[in-house]
Amino acid sequence: MTETSQRPRPLRVLAAMSGGVDSAVAAARAAEAGHDVTGVHLALSANPQSFRTGARGCCTIEDSRDARRAADVIGIPFYVWDLAERFREDVVEDFIAEYEAGRTPNPCLRCNEKIKFAALLDKALALGFDAVCTGHYAQVIVNEDGTRELHRASDMAKDQSYVLGVLDDRQLAHALFPLGDTVTTKDEIRAEAELRGLAVAKKPDSHDICFIADGDTQGFLANRLGKAEGDIVDESGSVIGSHEGAFGFTIGQRKGLRIGTPAADGKPRYVLDISPVNNTVTVGPAASLDVSGLTAIKPRWCGAAPTGPGTYTAQLRAHGGETQVAAELVDGELEVTFTEPVRGVAPGQAIVLYDGTRVVGSATIATTTRATASV
Amino acid sequence: MAYLDHAATTPMLPEAVEALTAQLSVTGNASSLHAAGRRARRTVEEARETLAEALGARPSEVVFTSGGTEADNLAVKGLYWARRDADPARTRVLASPVEHHAVLDAVHWLGEHEGATVEYLPVDSYGRVHPDVLREAIARNPDDVALATVMWANNEIGTVMAVRELADVTAEFGIPLHADAVQAFGQVPVDFTASGLAAMTVSGHKIGGPYGIGALLLGREYTPVPVLHGGGQERHVRSGTLDVPAIASFAVAGRLAAEQREWFAREIGALRDDLVDAVRAAVPDAILGGDPATGGRLPANAHFTFPGCEGDSLLLLLDAQGIECSTGSACTAGVAQPSHVLLATGADPDLARGTLRFSLGHTSTEADVEAVAKAIGPAVERARTAGLT
Repeated sequence: MTETSQRPRPLRVLAAMSGGVDSAVAAARAAEAGHDVTGVHLALSANPQSFRTGARGCCTIEDSRDARRAADVIGIPFYVWDLAERFREDVVEDFIAEYEAGRTPNPCLRCNEKIKFAALLDKALALGFDAVCTGHYAQVIVNEDGTRELHRASDMAKDQSYVLGVLDDRQLAHALFPLGDTVTTKDEIRAEAELRGLAVAKKPDSHDICFIADGDTQGFLANRLGKAEGDIVDESGSVIGSHEGAFGFTIGQRKGLRIGTPAADGKPRYVLDISPVNNTVTVGPAASLDVSGLTAIKPRWCGAAPTGPGTYTAQLRAHGGETQVAAELVDGELEVTFTEPVRGVAPGQAIVLYDGTRVVGSATIATTTRATASV
Repeated sequence: MAYLDHAATTPMLPEAVEALTAQLSVTGNASSLHAAGRRARRTVEEARETLAEALGARPSEVVFTSGGTEADNLAVKGLYWARRDADPARTRVLASPVEHHAVLDAVHWLGEHEGATVEYLPVDSYGRVHPDVLREAIARNPDDVALATVMWANNEIGTVMAVRELADVTAEFGIPLHADAVQAFGQVPVDFTASGLAAMTVSGHKIGGPYGIGALLLGREYTPVPVLHGGGQERHVRSGTLDVPAIASFAVAGRLAAEQREWFAREIGALRDDLVDAVRAAVPDAILGGDPATGGRLPANAHFTFPGCEGDSLLLLLDAQGIECSTGSACTAGVAQPSHVLLATGADPDLARGTLRFSLGHTSTEADVEAVAKAIGPAVERARTAGLT
């Protein structure tokens, strides 16, 4: 049982059910803990496909049925809410605009910030619910003074606190993550689902970006932004290749550059910089990717904003490792210095700061400082 | 519990349950020649006679189907094919835009796959097709019209159509008119012969009979091309072994629906009026959908638009308090769409999202109305806070 679900007062809980196994088990655990749970599936695609194809994507009609079936087995009311328009505006269009600007967004964070714990939560609260429950692996710990802390899941391998790093106090106060204290393998969650009679027990996990069903992000972006031929240049500015749109690249990317001539030193080249203004992609050796610091904007804090400089561990990608940083809030922007240079940091991604297992806050990476003299 | 979704399905009448269960343990295929077959056939034919009487039709005009959807499909597609086969020029289908999806999607399919030109007849703000509108549409070229289809009473907003007058218009041009009378049967006088219709759909589970049984009332001069081919049952227009227990039970429910219709209109109509008054008292700006005149709407229907609310939110809030109703509109994968019926009546698309349909039935009580009276005000207030997403 999680900390939150041990509270004596049963809550009116809205369980977001994707049709996958995690959110189904989360809803079942919340109901078992004595909460008054209602399931809701978010219809996020304006034109849902009938069936899932492979392990990608979500929001198909089949997913909606799977969620409904799970809710029926758990014995809770179930509804489908159409948030497709909000999702398109706040997540999909933002995703495209970010790529267009040469950045690499994380749409899952955006969805948690703007959809699950904003549009959905606001509607839930207005309708008289106390909390939104999801199948994320993270823990909310309630302090004696009533304040809340977001922590990594007990099982570090499953931890999803990174994509929840955007949640503020108010959002955390209404979040329930019944899977957060589970030290378990996916197989064990599946076994629990099986034991509970949930047919989604054997369903494959979803990966990648849910609104790009075929997994072809470049194709999706090209379709939306159109092709725009431009130069690929090296660090000296010499043109060594061409591309069909700078937006299709990510800092640190190695594959798909299609440069005919090999580098002078024969080593692989990576995307170092994307300049949407002149539609140029700069490539160079791996060493040039090393970053010594960064500036991040739009900080959000789980609790009070820290004052003065501090040292933290930071996570820079959804499945990335931890790195030691010194960080300080200067004029509303987060200035971060890495203890050791870090390779391949992409503007647009989130930096989430931790104090031990506790999430301190997050911000969106705006600019990076290269460790070596560079572009 | 306040069950106020009888238009979706209504509890079976005890007499219908008895008839169904009594027949379930009797063996016999109504097409067989031996004694068991004869016994089954007798049950079916007696049921046919009972239903024919209840609906003002001849027994031979009753074609049993698996329900309203199948009867609608048989009428719309079957009559289209038959009329077009007789004269290839007949490809125009006239339909009201407020039809149930069983008709709407069938005519749409004819347009997509069978070369039909589908023309939707304009309706007034109550959702009613006027006879002169129908006349104008036909008169543009009477020779190319395959059929017209206009429901007897609307399932969402309860408006009753002037079926006899519409049939008079189609009769002038010799064009068959079909009406989906699924919601009308048992609530307003339905007399097939007097209506002048070529075909009329009724369903079992909407009148206290079982699921999975319905009928197409079909004038004897019409032979629609079958949708289901097979053993040639039911005048060769609807093959398939007859469901004897369901048919027997349907007939009992049909007889009772006709016998109790006046009581139903009076008593359930009065309860409905109380419900409308209660909702209006609690939510003064609620808009009653459909024709407000007693004679112009189904006695058991109360349809409202609540400005600033999502029907979904209201449904959830009322459901949580044991009040079961509907937003009235069809769902796509569980996502409520703005009602095509309301849009056809000229309603604002945002308003059309905030609807609830309360439909009463033979088990409705004053307590049901009181439950709504108590819950609707706070629910609307709360749903307005949640707003439109």
